[in-house]
Amino acid sequence: MFYQELIQNLLNALQWGSFYALIALGYTLVYGVLLLINFAHGDIFMVGSYIGFFVATLLLGQYAGLMPVHLPPLLVFLLTLFITMILTAGVGVTLERVAYRPLRRKGASRLYVVITALMCGLLLENGNLALLGANRRSFPELFTKTVYTIGGVTFSNVKILVIITTILVFVLLETIVRKTKIGMAMRAISYDRMAVPLMGIPIDTVIVFTFILGSSMAALAGVLFAISYPVLEPYMGALVGWKAFIAAVLGGIGEIRGALVGGFLLGFVEIFVAASFPSTLRDLIAFSVLLIFLSFKPTGIFGVARATKI
Amino acid sequence: MRRFTSVFLYILLGVLTIAAARANWINAYIQIIIMFIGINIILSTSLNLVNGYMGEFSVGHAGFMAVGAYVTSVLNIWFFTNSQVFGSSLLSPSSALYLFPVTLLLGGVGAALVGLLVAIPSFRTRGDYLAIITLAVSYIVKSSIENIQVIGGARGFMGMRNIVNSMQEMVNLPWVMVWTFIAVGLTVWIIHRFVNSIHGKGIVALRDDEIASEIMGIDTHRMKLTAFMLSSGLAGIAGGLFAHILGYINPGTFTIMKSTEILVMVYLGGMGSLSGSVLSAIVFTLLLELFRPLQVVKWVVIPLLLILLMMFRPEGLLGHRELSDVFPRLSRIFSPRERQA
Repeated sequence: MFYQELIQNLLNALQWGSFYALIALGYTLVYGVLLLINFAHGDIFMVGSYIGFFVATLLLGQYAGLMPVHLPPLLVFLLTLFITMILTAGVGVTLERVAYRPLRRKGASRLYVVITALMCGLLLENGNLALLGANRRSFPELFTKTVYTIGGVTFSNVKILVIITTILVFVLLETIVRKTKIGMAMRAISYDRMAVPLMGIPIDTVIVFTFILGSSMAALAGVLFAISYPVLEPYMGALVGWKAFIAAVLGGIGEIRGALVGGFLLGFVEIFVAASFPSTLRDLIAFSVLLIFLSFKPTGIFGVARATKI
Repeated sequence: MRRFTSVFLYILLGVLTIAAARANWINAYIQIIIMFIGINIILSTSLNLVNGYMGEFSVGHAGFMAVGAYVTSVLNIWFFTNSQVFGSSLLSPSSALYLFPVTLLLGGVGAALVGLLVAIPSFRTRGDYLAIITLAVSYIVKSSIENIQVIGGARGFMGMRNIVNSMQEMVNLPWVMVWTFIAVGLTVWIIHRFVNSIHGKGIVALRDDEIASEIMGIDTHRMKLTAFMLSSGLAGIAGGLFAHILGYINPGTFTIMKSTEILVMVYLGGMGSLSGSVLSAIVFTLLLELFRPLQVVKWVVIPLLLILLMMFRPEGLLGHRELSDVFPRLSRIFSPRERQA
């Protein structure tokens, strides 16, 4: 009985941590390249799930006349994911082009870029609120949820899908960053931003690529989140985004492994706290763990302290 | 004599405003706005100490404000009123008049102690990681308040109106406004003196280069401790006043949105500029009120304004300068000491 509960909670934690990990990947990618905390990232996640909502309802033919053919469910799901990722990547790149790049060109202090990012996040949140109204939307069911029970442990296909997707995405990103040429360029930029353009590497292209990667991961997380918890509201990205950021920092920001481990770790802490204490204590304990952890190891799990020169 | 001109002007302004409020020449709405301007001045100048002068990035200022608000309110209700929660009053309600500043100060002390939670990790880390710690502290504060049922939990805490009423029964003056004026004046004076003192220079040195300043013999730990505790303590005082203006507080007020508002004020005014912070607190509060009819769109317009500001004038209205540097004639009114390198 105890083990069943443990495994059940473990599965829940893996799923919950997957969302954090997917969003944290976006934070960490952008930070790794630009040393910029893209505070708007949590809201890109929110935008992602809204775009997913509109794409899915369009594909399911809920807007009369716009969708002549009836598509099979699997195709709808894959198309929704694909289109949402592209559109959300567009949003992320737009933010980069409109807000961050002019500041970078001017050589403004990093702090100003961080403020701009914070404000872009607020803009997305409240712009959404102003445009679409405060009423919650429920995400359509893209495929039927099946619940399996093995040895007293219940899990749905959605849960498995989320966990497997996260691990696949992690492997993919790790390969891109470690093995490909553009990944090498990304690492080079974070290593020495001044020298990279001298080597003939188009720095802006690499940065845009990073934003595309990060935002599409957020879109993926958004759609998967909306499938698992089908209620959408404009502020959904705020708290999840901040927590994902904490996951990224916990793992050591700038490290892809760190985002994955940090995300899962935060998921475990939250789920096990909720399972054994009153659930109102969840945020309190999660943040206290973070505070204590960072007091002892300020750079996170995989992070390395940057050498400071005088 | 010239050194005191600004003090006289400020006292004159305060007395006139309070007299006008007492005589009902200005209505309650405008009175509340004036008090909010005062609160925002305290909040933005105190955050500027950490974010501007010390160059850290604190994003959890509202948490300290919450601590101050709750400590002051709970002490006041406990001591001076009969409530179901804390039983009958320990002291006579009339003594609230004399002891209000004490509880306000205790709220500040409470907030300063919570500020230690940020100050101690700051010895080992700075920048982005410290920003997370400030964020975590503000969430911890909010979440703890939500979980303490005695003080109302997530439902909030009220009854501060009785304190204000009992103070007004004793001497008929708008007491919260009086204390707001006094607190604002003292805050600006303290921070002004602080940043121009040897401590302030030490903090600016810390911002420019931590290791170098340590080599030059600056006690960095003590500097950080003082700056964080002073900043959070002042925020706590602002919180105590805030609670007594509204008469009702709940943890939902002190979220990241509130912190963001304070951040906006600091960066609008310019980092490391005291007069900039004061100015931007006034401008921002008035802007918020002007945009109130826009409702939701308000929170679209404000971030947009700030993004544009960051693009075209990233150093804020007065970045690292004081008003007297921009308008040299002002230094005739304000003392020559206000000028800064």
